[in-house]
Amino acid sequence: MSNTVHDMGGMHGFGPVEPEPNEPVFHAPWEGRVHALQRAIGAAGLWSIDGGRASLETLPPAIYLASTYYQRWFLGLERRVVRYGLVGEDELKAGRSLRPGAKLAHVVTPAEAARPPMRGNFERPSSASPKFKPGDRVRTKEMNPATHTRLPRYARDKEGVVEAIRGCHVSPDTAALDVHDENPQWLYTVVFTGRELWGDDADPAIKVSIEAFEPYLLRA
Amino acid sequence: MADHQHDHNHDHSELSDIQLRVRALETILTEKGYVDPAALDQMVEAYETKIGPKNGARLVARAWIDPDFKAALLKDATAAANASGHVSPVGSHLIAVENTPQTHNLVVCTLCSCYPWEVLGLPPVWYKSFPYRSRAVIDPKGVLADFGVTLPADTEIRIWDSTAETRFIVLPMRPGGTENWSEDRLAEIVTRDCMIGTGLPKPEGN
Repeated sequence: MSNTVHDMGGMHGFGPVEPEPNEPVFHAPWEGRVHALQRAIGAAGLWSIDGGRASLETLPPAIYLASTYYQRWFLGLERRVVRYGLVGEDELKAGRSLRPGAKLAHVVTPAEAARPPMRGNFERPSSASPKFKPGDRVRTKEMNPATHTRLPRYARDKEGVVEAIRGCHVSPDTAALDVHDENPQWLYTVVFTGRELWGDDADPAIKVSIEAFEPYLLRA
Repeated sequence: MADHQHDHNHDHSELSDIQLRVRALETILTEKGYVDPAALDQMVEAYETKIGPKNGARLVARAWIDPDFKAALLKDATAAANASGHVSPVGSHLIAVENTPQTHNLVVCTLCSCYPWEVLGLPPVWYKSFPYRSRAVIDPKGVLADFGVTLPADTEIRIWDSTAETRFIVLPMRPGGTENWSEDRLAEIVTRDCMIGTGLPKPEGN
């Protein structure tokens, strides 16, 4: 969802950042299993990357905030395997399979998993030219969709400058809806001054950019 | 003391609960033929042993000593990394952003945890934490102070919020006193934090 607790840019009160010296990749074996389960099941292509993100964003705020990162991944994954009919609630409760599985489009083999992983490419052919070019002044839309979006609240209805065109990419707002439509859109790097985002008291030395899809933008 | 004991037990049982639930889900998914535990082992091992910030550090060190490679990296980091025989192929849209005496770059994902896995491995806990996600875009100097980093007052700080499938790696400035260093030796001072923007390479730390 859009205005949910995951959208944290600019919030106060979470305290200092606490780097951990010599941090392990996983802090417990179960974290590694959650990471791998998510990627392995994700390879079946049942949901989009943004559909996956949406399932975390819609966790109840108190649970989202009280969970660690991999706990959230796990809770999102549990929701998705039930929602997409891969696993029954009764099976989660029983802790074992109670009926044969569906046929998945793809099951990752150990040989595949041994090869270096490669992230997907989200660029797609475009059906229209980009509306904006580097140097154009744009204003982000005021928008509050009840569904997933990647336009953060702090950067809505703000004026900025297009710095780069990044190609035409799968629309996260559409892909998250499970409509099996990638609805590709031009993607831009749009940069804002700190003062435009945070007001006159903001540090004049800061600039912030977001990666903005064309439907988020109006000509300023 | 009694309260402390209670909290300790509470934490412990929660930890067990998640361990049990993860194990149960893996069992179910395996029994149904959706996942192969041996494949899961390989995936965990890859990020524990092969893919990490050392991969990105090699790109930075090479850019420091090879101006043509640096130009290629800044023009199209995806192509430059892949052409350099990078250990993990870069799928798409890796973007290298260069620190200069005028501008310092800092990368964040305020909405989740987007991070260039191929060149830096999996993100540290602090990168995914609420303090970092919330403060990097509004108080970057405060965040840098948490890392012990202070920049000259007139340095512009540019924050890159990773709100799409583009990924960013910071190309830090090569520190003075490293003029005759080999690529290997240079790579050793390029820490993960240098490539996120929360650290600066330090020759004396080597």
